[in-house]
Amino acid sequence: MDGGSDAAQTDKLRLCPKATDVDPTGPMKRVRTTQTVLSLAQRCLSGLLLLVVMVAASWADATGVVALREASQALAGASLRQVPVIVEHIEAAGKESALPLFEAMLAGNLYYQRADNRIVITRQTEGGDYAIRDAVTGESLGVVAKKSIRKVKVNNRLRSQLRATIARLTLFSANVSWRKSAATNLLNNLSADNVALLQEARAVESDAGVAELIDTALALHTLKTSTDRKIRLRALEVLDGSLQPTVRNQLLNLTEVDAQGQYREADAVVRTRAARFLARIDGKIKFFGFLETLFFGLSLGSVLLLIAIGLAITFGVMGVINMAHGELMMLGAYTTYVVQLLLPNHLEYSLLIAVPAAFLVSGSVGILIERSVIRFLHGRPLETLLATFGISLILQQTVRSVFSPLNRQVATPEWMSGSLEINSIFSLTYNRLYIFLFALLLFCALQLVLNHTSLGLNVRAVSQNRDMARAIGIRTDWVDALTFGLGSGIAGIAGVALSQLTNVGPNLGQAYIIDSFMVVVFGGVGNLWGTLVGGLSLGVANKFLEPTTGAVLAKILVLVFIVLFIQKRPRGLFPQQGRAAE
Amino acid sequence: MKMKKLMSKAVLAVGGCVLSMTLQAADTIKVGVLHSLSGTMAISETTLKDTVLMMIEEQNKKGGLLGKQLEPVVVDPASNWPLFAEKTRELLSKEKVDVIFGCWTSVSRKSVLPVIEELNGLLFYPVQYEGEESSKNVFYTGAAPNQQAIPAVDYLMNDLEVERWVLAGTDYVYPRTTNKILEAYLKAKGVADKDIMINYTPFGHSDWQSIVSDIKKFGSAGKKTAVVSTVNGDANVPFYKELGNQGVSAEDIPVMAFSVGEEELSGIDTRPLVGHLAAWNYFQSVESEENDAFIERWKAYIKDDKRVTNDPMEATYIGFNMWAAAVEKAGTTDVDAVEQAIIGMTSPNLTGGTAVMNRNHHLSKPVLIGEIQADGQFEVVWETMGVVPGDAWSDFLPGSKDLVADWVAPIRCGNFNARTAKCSGQNL
Repeated sequence: MDGGSDAAQTDKLRLCPKATDVDPTGPMKRVRTTQTVLSLAQRCLSGLLLLVVMVAASWADATGVVALREASQALAGASLRQVPVIVEHIEAAGKESALPLFEAMLAGNLYYQRADNRIVITRQTEGGDYAIRDAVTGESLGVVAKKSIRKVKVNNRLRSQLRATIARLTLFSANVSWRKSAATNLLNNLSADNVALLQEARAVESDAGVAELIDTALALHTLKTSTDRKIRLRALEVLDGSLQPTVRNQLLNLTEVDAQGQYREADAVVRTRAARFLARIDGKIKFFGFLETLFFGLSLGSVLLLIAIGLAITFGVMGVINMAHGELMMLGAYTTYVVQLLLPNHLEYSLLIAVPAAFLVSGSVGILIERSVIRFLHGRPLETLLATFGISLILQQTVRSVFSPLNRQVATPEWMSGSLEINSIFSLTYNRLYIFLFALLLFCALQLVLNHTSLGLNVRAVSQNRDMARAIGIRTDWVDALTFGLGSGIAGIAGVALSQLTNVGPNLGQAYIIDSFMVVVFGGVGNLWGTLVGGLSLGVANKFLEPTTGAVLAKILVLVFIVLFIQKRPRGLFPQQGRAAE
Repeated sequence: MKMKKLMSKAVLAVGGCVLSMTLQAADTIKVGVLHSLSGTMAISETTLKDTVLMMIEEQNKKGGLLGKQLEPVVVDPASNWPLFAEKTRELLSKEKVDVIFGCWTSVSRKSVLPVIEELNGLLFYPVQYEGEESSKNVFYTGAAPNQQAIPAVDYLMNDLEVERWVLAGTDYVYPRTTNKILEAYLKAKGVADKDIMINYTPFGHSDWQSIVSDIKKFGSAGKKTAVVSTVNGDANVPFYKELGNQGVSAEDIPVMAFSVGEEELSGIDTRPLVGHLAAWNYFQSVESEENDAFIERWKAYIKDDKRVTNDPMEATYIGFNMWAAAVEKAGTTDVDAVEQAIIGMTSPNLTGGTAVMNRNHHLSKPVLIGEIQADGQFEVVWETMGVVPGDAWSDFLPGSKDLVADWVAPIRCGNFNARTAKCSGQNL
């Protein structure tokens, strides 16, 4: 499967079960022997407006609607223990027409009216009230207050029952991604009924991916129930190379011994074949496990790169030990929060606005700090350290007083949640993926600024030889302020990224300040490339250690390694060369 | 808007100062409040400080205690464990408070313990904890492991038919002890070693990628798997976020949390968490007259309609009510007299029913299990039939099996060995 369409599919896959606004017509149906007049009507009118469909539904199979209404009515006031049976009744009475009801129930949007116990699907309006429509006909019933409706209770057990029910009903849907999630669900719930349904679906399935899933499910069933060696071996062939966890468990079961030391599988031929396939699957799992750890490492590394790269400028290039660096990141994260607060209806774009905003906010605070404190302490690193530490405390307390000591909620836009599924055991989470790309982009942009702009030229000149730079007419004061502002602004941008990964609170910066110094010192002071390589390699090393040592020990080991490394190479990975380094 | 709020706060603070100065002149009963108002724990503890202040204000409106007004003495131990001990000493020897309400983390309580025992103070500790302790000078109004962890595991085992277990926790004394108890309990129930995975992370951990991926792999072995989480503080937010992103839903692998309540959820987008579980003795969503009244009073006191209530607040509420009733009963605020008066005392729970203070200084309380809802509240899916008495010493650890705590004559001992009939003298 190619990556592009896969991304779109998983997106829908994730969206559809929790869709808040369910189309009352349900998914469009494909041809099926047990088709009802209702679904035929819906199929013809699928593209038309809601109103037209409602008219269609009203002249369609009236008895079906009555049966569905009767069955669903029992949901009003039912206890959690009774609901599973009621759901079965609704499925039997309504078939596909009950889909909107089931989906609303799964999403927690199914309510009943207190006055007449009518089952309704709700959608919260901006004013906090609820727009309701009839769960059976989809007829709109206007907007009501919260207290006139009551929720139909759902718990975990019911949710998995609902998912299985929806899977059975959408196995014949026209939407490929719905069919795919249906087949995946049924693959893990192989009952005799479901197998019959899958066989029926296989006959009309046109999508290769879904067909493969169904074949896998049927082969699993055959392997378990059949006694004919030939058929079972053929079923095993189908399972070869499948990465579904269920397949691996089944194969493992075939090769294992039970408590009495007897093989669970009596047939030796099947057993050895299963063992061979299992080894092949395990090989693949190992390979993808390695890829996954690598990705985790790179993603951790990219976070380290992000938090360190601003410091690489203020500490690396200017030589200022800025203990308030973490707080500048925190300001960036709070900027994201404020942007979202100001634009509550444009969550999707909030991050795009927050990046430049955070750069400006943190950058100007940085310039302020430089102008008001740091420039008077030039060449006195210990005092700079103490002064900036004091500033970090002031900034923390300011945020605490203005925003409260509690963490603030920063929403994650839809395009940054969920994951890109490569196969059933390997997927990359979108937020990490974007942040990795973003970190690289930021690094390139910074390289460009430092190496190809006049500001960059001045910065390098001042950092290499301040007196000479001043002698040839560079305003070192001005360059100092801008450089510090640039580094601080980058810290602000890192804060925007962090707001998507961790808590936005007054202590955000403290958690990262040590890590960022670690990366800069390890990579080599005054060298952006060192920061890049240092950050990424520390991240990868950490993640490869973690499975064997645990998170706590992995962090300690990395720190110990850096201490030893600095003993050997005090100037880090990429020390500055030439006279500038003296 | 913000400015106005700040102004009104400032006015209140000044007013409070003036008020307390005038009160100081008269004879008052001093109540120490020892909760962190800054640092990492401020997020949780500030709420409890406000709860105590609200209770004091209400008690004073009713005429105080023994004809005297109550006077709060608030100190800030700043999430700094040794500072907790220093502040306790200051409260007891300098301010001469009659009772202290305070602490959240177990490590802060352990730091306070020697001071409060040396100076014979009285501490009400309102948070669920790992047990293995009973002091004459401390009343534990939060849940012991058998009032939270054990019933929660029973629920997962019996109702959700869980067979594989991930015990995930933050790396400090409470999760380590709780997980030790749970591991012993699971093994006693016949769970094999390979079906238990234990994992610890540092405070404030934010990179959960590998751990969630490991949990996912562990859970794909064909047996129903659940995570029992003693992850504490705000590390929970990235943890749940990662669960959502990697597509681990509550139906596949439910997470049962012991430290995630309404307050913690109020900072997160809870939609991806719907269906995950928490075990507490109190949920804001429980419908009862006492609870409705309490929530209304709380919102009015804090002047914020969106603020939530949680379990440690209920524990503070019960603790305060019991102390007040015990002072009335003993007719004095003397620590020894109040300590004896409070044993056997009852107080209404906010969730209905009555809490009883037992002879081991722990409460009998109901245990509730709730599922997280999209609005950040919990829906109760299971509760114990009646109240469960808190057990200071776990029955599932070899070292504490035979120990009991009983602070009534003739035993009067925090860790009495029932087999050898000896008091070991710790925590005395």
